[in-house]
Amino acid sequence: MAQSTIPAQPDSGLVIDQERTWMHQLKYIFGLLVRDRSGTLGLILFLILVFSALLAPWIAPHDPLLQNLSNSRLPPIWSEGGSWEYPLGTDNLGRDLLSRIIYGSRVSVTVGFFGVLIAAGLGLLVGLVSGYLGGRVDNVITGLVNLVLALPYLLFVVFIASILGRSLINVVLIFGITDAPIFARTTRGEVLRLRESGYVESAIGIGASRWRIIFDHILPNLLGPMITVATFEMSRMIFYEAGLGFLGLSVPPSVPSWGNMLAAGRKYLIASPWIATFPGLAIMFASLGMNLLGDWLRDVLDPRLRRIKK
Amino acid sequence: MQRYLLSRLIQSIMILLAILVLVFFMVRVTGDPAVLMMPRESSPESLAAFRHKMGFDRPMIVQFADFMFKAVQGDFGNSLHYKTPALPLVLKRLPATVELAVGGLLIAVLVAIPLGLVAGSLPGSFWDSVARGLGLLGQSIPNFWLALLLIFFFAVRLRWFPSFGRDELSSLVLPAIVMGLPTMGALVRLTRSAVLEIRGEDFVRTAYSKGLRSNLVYVRHILRNVAIPLVSVIGVHFGYMLGGSIYIETIFSWPGLGQLVEQAIGWRDYTLIQAIAFFTSLAVVILNLLTDVAYAIIDPRVRYGN
Repeated sequence: MAQSTIPAQPDSGLVIDQERTWMHQLKYIFGLLVRDRSGTLGLILFLILVFSALLAPWIAPHDPLLQNLSNSRLPPIWSEGGSWEYPLGTDNLGRDLLSRIIYGSRVSVTVGFFGVLIAAGLGLLVGLVSGYLGGRVDNVITGLVNLVLALPYLLFVVFIASILGRSLINVVLIFGITDAPIFARTTRGEVLRLRESGYVESAIGIGASRWRIIFDHILPNLLGPMITVATFEMSRMIFYEAGLGFLGLSVPPSVPSWGNMLAAGRKYLIASPWIATFPGLAIMFASLGMNLLGDWLRDVLDPRLRRIKK
Repeated sequence: MQRYLLSRLIQSIMILLAILVLVFFMVRVTGDPAVLMMPRESSPESLAAFRHKMGFDRPMIVQFADFMFKAVQGDFGNSLHYKTPALPLVLKRLPATVELAVGGLLIAVLVAIPLGLVAGSLPGSFWDSVARGLGLLGQSIPNFWLALLLIFFFAVRLRWFPSFGRDELSSLVLPAIVMGLPTMGALVRLTRSAVLEIRGEDFVRTAYSKGLRSNLVYVRHILRNVAIPLVSVIGVHFGYMLGGSIYIETIFSWPGLGQLVEQAIGWRDYTLIQAIAFFTSLAVVILNLLTDVAYAIIDPRVRYGN
């Protein structure tokens, strides 16, 4: 468990300082990760995604926007007519597909990261209030959360996106707000469980203030479940952002994003299938990586949810 | 049990009313619904005329009461594109979407449950790896991409199935596979882990030790308990499938609700979208309710617990 501090040896009488404890925890968790093959694969895929987004200008071989009609629809390197110049081939306007996929990861990571940040922030706040105050406030909030979770999610997202228009900020806000109920529900459930726990009851017993209990006992214990949910939700947002892009409802068409690329490649599916294939593969590997990582984090950070051993 | 069902019914009705409120305000978030619904180059005069015709110039509270009063009777006004009532346009698309949803669900259930049972009974076997791979793929493959791949291989290259449209039964195969795959993945994962868990329970050991044959243990003790979590997942997924898939129906030119959504967005036909959003939500809410009823019937703990 990442959140608990390691108890000092009863006979040593020493207090282990915070920093060493954290190092110890990280080392322990990393050790568990390396032993789990699918978790390692998930982490590697996730790191590739993050680094290609951060380092796009340095690792992309070409300008993703540079058009060159004399090189249009070149096939990838392993088929006849392909060259090292354009390892994954070019699209209908002669733009390098590999560079566009690398730059496209920026849109995905931005939407996933900031979307989750907003959703987790809102959800945490609402879930804490709901779980801690209880009573009528809790009933109203739970009702609203259940309402949003009962909606056909994708349809409403498409509906809102078509009303607000194409922009990165709109997409981030849409996912950030519509996804908050998932985090609120998780937070509320954990708060209800933690309130019944022995250490929170003892803290109340020795007269700790409400804020002290929230900051010292509840928030640190929320970290594990929140990180797990965040991983799955980030994967979902990347998936849905590409979906909106495919419908022409995400970032403007001039921005290279996986969804936009897929939509453009669809027109050339029969003659040049690689244009649509590679962005789809990128979406799949990003989503696969985060799902594997999420499965593994769930096992490590929350032993109560541990699946039956494979 | 009756009290439980009654409270779930009331809850469902509340959710539907709240969805109507949401649908009403959504077309008004940008301020002026007339600007949203009219072509971009409309003149101020034609916008004003449209506002008056649609009643958008009335006080908000009057518009709201009017919308809610008509909507609960199934009247969402005329489609802006077709100039005919929106409701029959939605209902006309229903058969194609239901066909696709049933096809997708059948494929998912017929593959996932046997595979999940085998995988859970023989952990570590070849079939277990297949099941785990399918479980992951179902979560990670974007359906709009899978649809394109299947069209390329099975319709264009191999010519086994038509690439679009809704004619003979063979045109259902590819869209139904794409529709069913996420559900298949979820069901395989769930069946596998449920079997693994239940196999270790005391009552299963007791059944074996009193000499019951293996297949009877499966039918009487394991399958019945596996069915409980499956029912809820199948219910929820089927509800979403009944809303139609924008991607699958657009890519395969399948004339259902999903294709209508995509077209309506292109036409800026927001009265039609409001009607679709409501009926899709209705499908989800009804399926959730039916799932809870099924739950209460199968699982005595729900029946007596609440």
